[in-house]
Amino acid sequence: MSSNTPGQGGGRYVAPIEETPVVAVDAVDESQKAQSVWGDAWQAMRKRWLFWLCAALIAVIVVVALFPQWFTASLPTGGACKIGQSLDPASAGHPLGFDKQGCDVFSRILYGTRSSVTVGLLATLLATLIGGIIGALAGFYGGFLDSLVSRLGDIFFAIPTILGAIIVMQVMPWDRNAITLSIVLAVFGWPIIARIMRGAVLTAKNSDYVMASVALGLSRSKILLGHVIPNALAPVIVIATVSLGTYIVAEASLSFLGIGLPPSIPSWGGDISTAQGSIRQAPELIFFPATALAITVLAFLLLGDIVRDALDPKARARR
Amino acid sequence: MLWYIGRRLLQLLPVFFGATFLIYFLVFAMPGDPIAALYGDRPPAESVIEQVRAEYNLDKPFIVQYLLWIGGIFTGDFGTTYSGRAVIDVMVHAFPITARLALLALLFEAVIGVTAGLFAGLRKGKPFDTVSLVVSLIFISVPTFVIGFVVQYVFGVKLGWINPSVSSAATWLELIVPALVLASVSIAQVLRLTRASVAENAGADYVRTAKAKGLSRGRVVRVHVLRNSLIPVVTYLGTDLGTLMVGAVITEGIFNIKGVGGTVFDAVKRGEGPTVVAFVSVMVIIFMLANLLVDLLYAVLDPRIRYVK
Amino acid sequence: MSENAATATTPLLQITDLEVGFTTQSGVVPAVRGVSFSIMPGENLAIVGESGSGKSTTAQAIIDLLPGTGKVTGGSILFDGTDLTTLNASGIQRVRGSQIGYVPQDPMSNLNPVWNIGFQVRETIEANTQLRGQDAKKRVIEVLEEAGLSDPGSRLRQYPNQFSGGMRQRVLIGIGLSARPKLLIADEPTSALDVTVQRRILDHLGTLTRDYGTSVLFITHDLGLAAERAEKLVVMYKGKIVEYGSSQEILADPQHPYTKRLVAAAPSLASRRIQAVRNDEEESGALAPVTRDISIVERAEAREASAAGDLIEVKNLTKVYQIRQGGFRKTDFTAVDDVSFSIPKGTTTALVGESGSGKSTVAKMVLKLEDITSGSITFDGKDVGTLPRSELLSFRRRVQPVFQDPYGSLDPLRSIGSTIAEPLLIHGIGDAKSRRATVRELLEQVSLPSSTELRYPNELSGGQRQRVAVARALALNPEVIVLDEAVSALDVLVQGQVLDLLTKLQTELGLTYLFITHDLAVVRLVADNVCVMRQGRIVEQATTDEVFDSPKQDYTRELLEAIPGGNFEFGRL
Repeated sequence: MSSNTPGQGGGRYVAPIEETPVVAVDAVDESQKAQSVWGDAWQAMRKRWLFWLCAALIAVIVVVALFPQWFTASLPTGGACKIGQSLDPASAGHPLGFDKQGCDVFSRILYGTRSSVTVGLLATLLATLIGGIIGALAGFYGGFLDSLVSRLGDIFFAIPTILGAIIVMQVMPWDRNAITLSIVLAVFGWPIIARIMRGAVLTAKNSDYVMASVALGLSRSKILLGHVIPNALAPVIVIATVSLGTYIVAEASLSFLGIGLPPSIPSWGGDISTAQGSIRQAPELIFFPATALAITVLAFLLLGDIVRDALDPKARARR
Repeated sequence: MLWYIGRRLLQLLPVFFGATFLIYFLVFAMPGDPIAALYGDRPPAESVIEQVRAEYNLDKPFIVQYLLWIGGIFTGDFGTTYSGRAVIDVMVHAFPITARLALLALLFEAVIGVTAGLFAGLRKGKPFDTVSLVVSLIFISVPTFVIGFVVQYVFGVKLGWINPSVSSAATWLELIVPALVLASVSIAQVLRLTRASVAENAGADYVRTAKAKGLSRGRVVRVHVLRNSLIPVVTYLGTDLGTLMVGAVITEGIFNIKGVGGTVFDAVKRGEGPTVVAFVSVMVIIFMLANLLVDLLYAVLDPRIRYVK
Repeated sequence: MSENAATATTPLLQITDLEVGFTTQSGVVPAVRGVSFSIMPGENLAIVGESGSGKSTTAQAIIDLLPGTGKVTGGSILFDGTDLTTLNASGIQRVRGSQIGYVPQDPMSNLNPVWNIGFQVRETIEANTQLRGQDAKKRVIEVLEEAGLSDPGSRLRQYPNQFSGGMRQRVLIGIGLSARPKLLIADEPTSALDVTVQRRILDHLGTLTRDYGTSVLFITHDLGLAAERAEKLVVMYKGKIVEYGSSQEILADPQHPYTKRLVAAAPSLASRRIQAVRNDEEESGALAPVTRDISIVERAEAREASAAGDLIEVKNLTKVYQIRQGGFRKTDFTAVDDVSFSIPKGTTTALVGESGSGKSTVAKMVLKLEDITSGSITFDGKDVGTLPRSELLSFRRRVQPVFQDPYGSLDPLRSIGSTIAEPLLIHGIGDAKSRRATVRELLEQVSLPSSTELRYPNELSGGQRQRVAVARALALNPEVIVLDEAVSALDVLVQGQVLDLLTKLQTELGLTYLFITHDLAVVRLVADNVCVMRQGRIVEQATTDEVFDSPKQDYTRELLEAIPGGNFEFGRL
């Protein structure tokens, strides 16, 4: 009654059993190594050369920001700048020459890294902390707190970060430095993080595993800290990485306008502004800080992209 | 739909008052003398300070100051600039120029960004996709003011194809290159967003169903992939207006365009605080209204928004 | 088989040695291997298999709609004399819709949310016929009417999110049949719907296709449904056909071990299967699940004998939600309405009902995860609603849940070991070492290897996760487990395995189950008592045998009849 040519008319066909062995129902595949979600993401990232390129670039940038003096003997400001050296070409110890104020360009770029990285990291850290905590509490506890925080977020969100920063920096009663600038940027930047955190917390909060934990008798605060926040972190980390790049651009833009960091603190944006004055005589002076800025921003943006891909298995499958 | 517009307008009111109050608070409630702070490192003559002090009703209680200020905004009284001109006069002259620039920039964003993003998204992993991704990443990471300078220097100074600074008439033709510079970052963002959204939608169940219905590939892409992919892009355009405004300050500054942004740029450079605050406040208000417009457009594109109870 | 041979004409669809592969980073992974079958004009055929068997891939290959990197790598698909695999893009486009219609699986995601219903039907008609303008519009209304949508004329301008799942599925069926195709591919067309809706829609589809002489290719995981709706069956397993022939013959006398397993596990056929299975017992050796129905039934009998006293008593339980309607108006919605039942210690009580019947809300109130509006729940003599905080923890320890979604009920960031240990930690039981030992013991109890403790939820299948959820629920030695659709999302064989595990544990540990489900077929296997719920109320309440043998209410009868395969004359050659 079995036939080996299926598909002909209405005959009965049974596959040879040796060709279609039946395996146990739903057995655990023990050949694969156990892997957590974060471990999985790490595996996905470390396989990409682009990740290592970004990581290496960021490592270099951070080292330069911490120890610029390791790479140059010249100082970028103050007495080291002599108007007599204005626009002097490159020479020994001064590989990129001098700018209009007679400051060593190479040194200014190295020390400028510090401003960019400090503002980028500090503003991101502050915005993520403020936004993350507020968003998590609003999403988890809901009710009046949620409405209040959401409306407050809408208000801050209605003011584009840099426009708000222009106003505040204009009337800044304290010193303009990397810390005050970071605070100002974070004040206008936190609502984005808060919104994303709130959304992610709401999703996690309504999940069955949270309900299971409630049924096990776990307290609310422990559920928030132990289950909800860890599961809501992924999108926040992605946004934070990307916003690091945008805060660096914001610092450069404000310094370029002249209301970011004062000229006494080396900053790429400020240097570009200075170089603008001598664009006809020495156009390359714009090129150096602009390249440093672009590479730094690019490294953080790309890292954000890679982290997003790694944390979102859907995106990985599509690639 | 009308119900939706009404509700959105109602929701906008507290945000509007909240945001304007926030700005006012940040300017006038900071420690120290707000007038001295407004002028930063370059304090003006005593007479000007007196005039400003009176203008801002600084002798009255804070909340009254705010109400008078916001009342002024509604009646077109934005105060006067350093040189004694009414801000509203400058604005009337400057606004059309910036509007032209912004419209051109938006047009470039929509046309170049969406088209390139659509093609990249449909041909994911192919050369066009890779090239457009790399180019867009470069544009995103190089700030507008650098692109502006390079374009101005190369095409304006070196090659002489364009006038390095725009005339005071600021015709559409003259504004094309500045608008491209202004839109550059946003074009790249729109491209990436459209690409991601198209790639995701192309794999959606309803797209498979559309193909199974026997629709042509062109129709499937136009009617089912593109329309749905535009929804997140439109949302992005809302926030992007903020980027465009900041970009306008910088671009108009570089190309010496006497629009709203150029005025702010000059005022910042000259340390003319009241002008900066007045103009930027107006920009924030325009930003909020534009976002309302984007919200409505969003509801037109996505019926799910309209019918949510 | 003789009757088919007699009417032999040319098949409408003839698939020969079809091979489909997906390109991945590690080469081409075959998904369909050497599949051959044919469909005669007017004939219905069903492909049956579990998820991942290649059944949907086969269907999608026919009209060149394979997802992602999928490609036909060999074989031919002859449709009406043309090999579809050789057609170019515009060629296959002419076949789609007009010659071969397609009804997809999930009604929620298969209509474009941004276009209205009328538009989406109309574009199908315009793509496949000459009708335009008013004629096309008239046809749209006709098509939707035929598909069983009431008052279609006034619904054309509505959007998919204003439609229920059943209505959307009717729209999709209308779209699939709008150009009167010769073949309709129905890929799990009703698996997302309630049983009674499912039955109505399938009946309707059957009438339509019979009237038009359309052949239907059903893709389904439900053997009962397949047997009832199609004359011929193709059973697929791991990309290959394991058995092919008339539905009657295959169900009556499955030959391949996999088919036997499938027939044995199909809960929809369970009631009439017990004797048949007994005869096969000696052959089935390695295939444990085949024998489970007998053991489940035996255990049930044993339980009946030892049943004593009510552990849980639900009296006049009511839950009212306040729903915000636009602005500030609120309306009351009664999710659970005056529900009373009791669960004797050591038995299983099933709450059965369709979506929106309030059954899950009852479960949540029993678990004290939702507040009670009025009425009472008594657990072991204590009122659950007014339980003082101090006693809440010990209540939690004694009453544990297992939820429906095996993908959502485990924290994806926690290892299995830490998930199962969590209840021990919360209640401060044992030290790190003894907890670890308990975890391993529990894993063994749910038949998972102890190495699983190091794994993470994303590495496990749905059934394995559900077993982990059971292990977690058992960790505190509870007396009651509330199973909220705990097996509904699983493939039949896996479902059988988990049900088997649950009944085994019940006998061993003397557990009391509250079993929430929409699937009456499963109820028969596990429950001692049944409460049928509809719109928040219990409409019928009796022992399982009473409900199945002599249902008192029309609604219960409707539910019983809706079980696919319920009407199928099975086991008589």
